[in-house]
Amino acid sequence: MLKTRIIPVLLLRNEALVKTVNFNNAAYIGDPINTVRIFNELEVDELVFLDITATNEKRQPNLKILYEISNECFMPLGYGGGLQDFDTVKSIFSIGFEKVILNSVTHSQPSFVTRVAEHFGNQAVVASIDVKKSFWGKHEVYTKSRQKNTKKDPVQWALELEDLGAGEIILTSIDKEGTWSGFDIGLIKKVTDAVSIPVIAHGGAGTLQHIIDVVKEGRASAVGLGSMVVYQQKGMGVLVNFPDKQQLEYQLT
Amino acid sequence: MITIIDYGMGNLGSVQNMFKYLGIPSIITGDLGELAKAQKILLPGVGAFDNAMISLNQKGFRELLDHKALVEKVPVLGICLGMQLLTRGSEEGKLPGLNYIPADTVRFPKTAGIKVPHMGWNRVVFSTPSVLTKDLPEESRFYFVHSFRVNVDDENNSILKADYGIRFDAAIQKENIFGAQFHPEKSHKFGMHLLKNFASI
Repeated sequence: MLKTRIIPVLLLRNEALVKTVNFNNAAYIGDPINTVRIFNELEVDELVFLDITATNEKRQPNLKILYEISNECFMPLGYGGGLQDFDTVKSIFSIGFEKVILNSVTHSQPSFVTRVAEHFGNQAVVASIDVKKSFWGKHEVYTKSRQKNTKKDPVQWALELEDLGAGEIILTSIDKEGTWSGFDIGLIKKVTDAVSIPVIAHGGAGTLQHIIDVVKEGRASAVGLGSMVVYQQKGMGVLVNFPDKQQLEYQLT
Repeated sequence: MITIIDYGMGNLGSVQNMFKYLGIPSIITGDLGELAKAQKILLPGVGAFDNAMISLNQKGFRELLDHKALVEKVPVLGICLGMQLLTRGSEEGKLPGLNYIPADTVRFPKTAGIKVPHMGWNRVVFSTPSVLTKDLPEESRFYFVHSFRVNVDDENNSILKADYGIRFDAAIQKENIFGAQFHPEKSHKFGMHLLKNFASI
């Protein structure tokens, strides 16, 4: 049986690796290249990089850093952030990434998802959905690093993205991101129940049990880890690490 | 020297990155002159079966590839779609494949709880011993992304198998022709081991 993928989700601010809480207060973590070397040694399943300021700063992805990353990493790699045109997407693939992660452009130009999927295959297109609960507890889809509320319903939107050709969804809870308090399992479960493509649950992981819960109860196909893999513990210093793989594998099978 | 064939399908950079890391010289080329000189051929591929065959069937190119593989018998390794192209054909497309190994490429059966594509890390089990899988650790795992699977006629041509709803051929071989359904270039030390084996044939 297939191993559940456990994926460090690393946030870039151009050249720097950072970590946020609820998409705010980006704290400096370190140099991305040194960090990926450690994850390479640890033989992690897959890595995701998100440049969280590229779109809002109207900046292109930092291809130089991404190129260095792909030279170091012998695992599947995904990149998101500032991907608005076909040529830029193409350059991400040509330097050795096999997945692009699209968010803002899925709202401004939904047909772009289809175009990329038709050219590079559905498996190469990951749609990113950021979700925040409203004051009344309703899940709403946000974009542009939580700066814009699209008012879309995450389940409806996920189904639309699947129809458009997305091969995978990374579903992030803004309320949970960086908090170490566990996943929004209700959100994850209603999306995984609706779509037939894999869903990466992201936002809130703090313990091994959180990971197990989101896979078993939330039916996530893969789990994204942020704070857990860059900090020693909540409120403590930077330490690039990865949960005990044998224990994870034992508990997840 | 490994000749990585560029026929407009797939992620060639990452294959070359791994060879570079291993200290094995390689070139990426779509040039007929370079292909004619090739001592070892790596056939990568991501995308649709027919699109790939249309590119490979271009005049001059296909004849030369057939000659290298079947007459000169240089080692050829097809990766992912590149392995499926070695078969007679695929349920994904209409065009015949290269037909270097007696096998068919077929859909995964519809099985409850099994999502297609098969995407992620999976363990493999050994079938027929091969130079390609020599000394590979028992607990080897590889990264897969595919919606179709290969089914060999003769079990002797199956060198690794994997389970995903059904047991399928994860790596195949007939004489000098090899195929791997997974992506060795994205499979850490296990992939390195396999590519090193290929380079030392």
